Amino acid sequence: MDLNFSPEELAFRDEVRAFVAAHLPDDIQGRVRRGDESQVADDIRRWQKILHAHGWGAVMWPREFGGTGWDKTRQFLFEIECAAADAPIQLPFGLKMVAPVIMRYGTPEQQQRFLPRILDGSDWWCQGYSEPGSGSDLASLKTRAERDGDHYVVNGQKAWNTLGQHADWIFCLVRTDPDAKPQRGISFLLIDMRTPGIRLQPTRLLDGTYEVNEVFFDNVRVPVGNLVGEENAGWTCAKFLLGHERTNIAGIGASRRELARLRRMAAEAVRDGRPLAEDPVFAARIAQVALELRALEVTNLRVIFAEARQQAPGPEASMLKIRGTEILQRITELQVEALGARALEYEGDGEDVPRAVGQYMNLRKLSIYGGSNEIQRNIIAQMVLQL
Amino acid sequence: MDFSFTEEQQMLQDSIRRYLASDYPLEHRARILASEAGWSPETWRALAELGLLALDIDEADGGIGAGPVGTMLVSQATGAGLLLEPFHSSAVLATRVVSLLARGEQRATLLGALASGEAVAVLAHDEDGGWFEPRATTAEADGDGWRLRGRKARVYHAPMARWLLVSARTQDGSGVFLVEREAAGVQLRPLRTVDGQRAADIEFDLRLPADARLGGEASAALDEALDLGLAALCADALGVLDRALATTVQYARDRVQFGTPIGRFQALQHRMADMYMQVEQARSMTYLATSACEGGDPAARREAVSGAKVVVGQAARRVGQESVQLHGGMGMTDELDVSHCFRRLLAFELRMGTTDEHLHALQALARAGAA
Repeated sequence: MDLNFSPEELAFRDEVRAFVAAHLPDDIQGRVRRGDESQVADDIRRWQKILHAHGWGAVMWPREFGGTGWDKTRQFLFEIECAAADAPIQLPFGLKMVAPVIMRYGTPEQQQRFLPRILDGSDWWCQGYSEPGSGSDLASLKTRAERDGDHYVVNGQKAWNTLGQHADWIFCLVRTDPDAKPQRGISFLLIDMRTPGIRLQPTRLLDGTYEVNEVFFDNVRVPVGNLVGEENAGWTCAKFLLGHERTNIAGIGASRRELARLRRMAAEAVRDGRPLAEDPVFAARIAQVALELRALEVTNLRVIFAEARQQAPGPEASMLKIRGTEILQRITELQVEALGARALEYEGDGEDVPRAVGQYMNLRKLSIYGGSNEIQRNIIAQMVLQL
Repeated sequence: MDFSFTEEQQMLQDSIRRYLASDYPLEHRARILASEAGWSPETWRALAELGLLALDIDEADGGIGAGPVGTMLVSQATGAGLLLEPFHSSAVLATRVVSLLARGEQRATLLGALASGEAVAVLAHDEDGGWFEPRATTAEADGDGWRLRGRKARVYHAPMARWLLVSARTQDGSGVFLVEREAAGVQLRPLRTVDGQRAADIEFDLRLPADARLGGEASAALDEALDLGLAALCADALGVLDRALATTVQYARDRVQFGTPIGRFQALQHRMADMYMQVEQARSMTYLATSACEGGDPAARREAVSGAKVVVGQAARRVGQESVQLHGGMGMTDELDVSHCFRRLLAFELRMGTTDEHLHALQALARAGAA
């Protein structure tokens, strides 16, 4: 047992740190730091192109598709360095979700057509999984795709589509056999967002932002060549995708960054004439969440180590998702507590206030999406504890 | 980054596991618990034969030199087996103190007797009003020897020890003094701790020869031994946590109410999922603390060890309570192992610095680091 990173891994970390410091544009970094999402699509695209130009466009892809071929430890270190420097996220829908499915189940033509444009940031992908009536019970989805010559005709409605307003493509789970058992009649379709019959309706969220949409499909004609894998075998793709979505699901980098921010805010906030950081009650709360984060970091590395030997993400990823989201949510809660009554001025133009309050509200989503934390507990109970 | 164990380390753990599984069933343990002495010299001899009492003696001294990782693996097994004998007190804590401080013939004599199981030694360190350093116990130069005075509180396994290694404040900082338990001027008030182990409050007022002091100024050595002892105690608690969770999950599979195993109920499944996550975080922090004891920066070691004590302590509280709750009325009985796990986990929270004391220590470390 040795919990230290190897000298090569530490050198790698330093290389990433130096690259990000040198190449992350100041204006993008400034917006991420302030929580200014006014140019989020542009910022994400620009950063993706910068990373791609350096050969780091897809850190979780194998080399044969233009990825870095890095192991999970290097991916982990990369994510932490990017988060620490306030780099924008890399859009997961293409890189982490649809791309692994296309690599595993797509035809060579589909791979050549779609993967390079994900890698260089040309195509923005979004997700068409959930529906108003199908959330945790995803297999009950109702969006229909009926074969008509060389096309599928898609009708239905998807929900909780994140940032689809910027998207070029959407990957969808659609029902192609309504008579089969729920999981058996589903197919995985790639749909061009410019196809006639697609309509987006933004959903105004709790924090006042527009981040997700409802997507309506009205006789949308999709070429049969856009089917990934076999017809009616889409559930296999869906499960495979959910497994890959979990890469770096613990979000250690983001939590570390927000913890550092919390410490700074607590040092700057004054209560009863002294820094809030010196208040023993508040300091104990910070110390508690910092410890929980430390424990999860080690747990994350343990899971990485185990996965490298088994070659597959196990149900332990559910623990990383639950604990990672609980910890980040807790840190954002404490940021709001550090602001105290100033947090009421959410609509003002300060720096910490709108960012921290907005983030606190927005990140309630963490424990809901990607398989709610309750679903993750079901997975632990059934897959790990065998109950 | 490597979370695997060597074959040798794995064999150490397997040997104690096998022994406890076959020779230390709950009924046998119950008899030891109820006995006057509170420990079994026969079990102690068996541990010596397995070589486990030489676990933390360096190879140069004829021991196994298993190091922090080997100690952790064996301690997980002693916890899971709810071992009552003074493995942690004597073979880990006291043995490390002797190894770090004693020299020459004294070193050979002490380590030889400890490794063979012929004698038990304990570190008398804890005092009322604070755990981290000796306060009320002092040793003053007295002619060509020492005058040791003070009071130690709830010293685990002191009643069965031949030697007490007493930490005391000295003019140059702190020292460790070798005292025969039966010496005049040593008064034991034996007690049973909440987990059924034997301990004692001890009062000292006696003269000691010059060579009673092991080594010289002992602050760094004490810190190192105590941190290893804490990491090992965390590993012991981790073994108990594993047992508590496993026995609870098994009970939930077997116990039928409303015509179905209660483990099918989601309300209970989620609670067991939470227990599992607590245990895994405790495991991670135990690994971290153990790894930090391998060497390197003492401040980082202190931080990792106190962090582990807090996280494992909080898991001990939650998992202990939930194990009892999920067993229903049976969880309240002395008959099932879950109640004994509960008491050992409670004792863990309180021993060698409470959860709160270590949380405070962490904050002090953070302030010192920031300053």
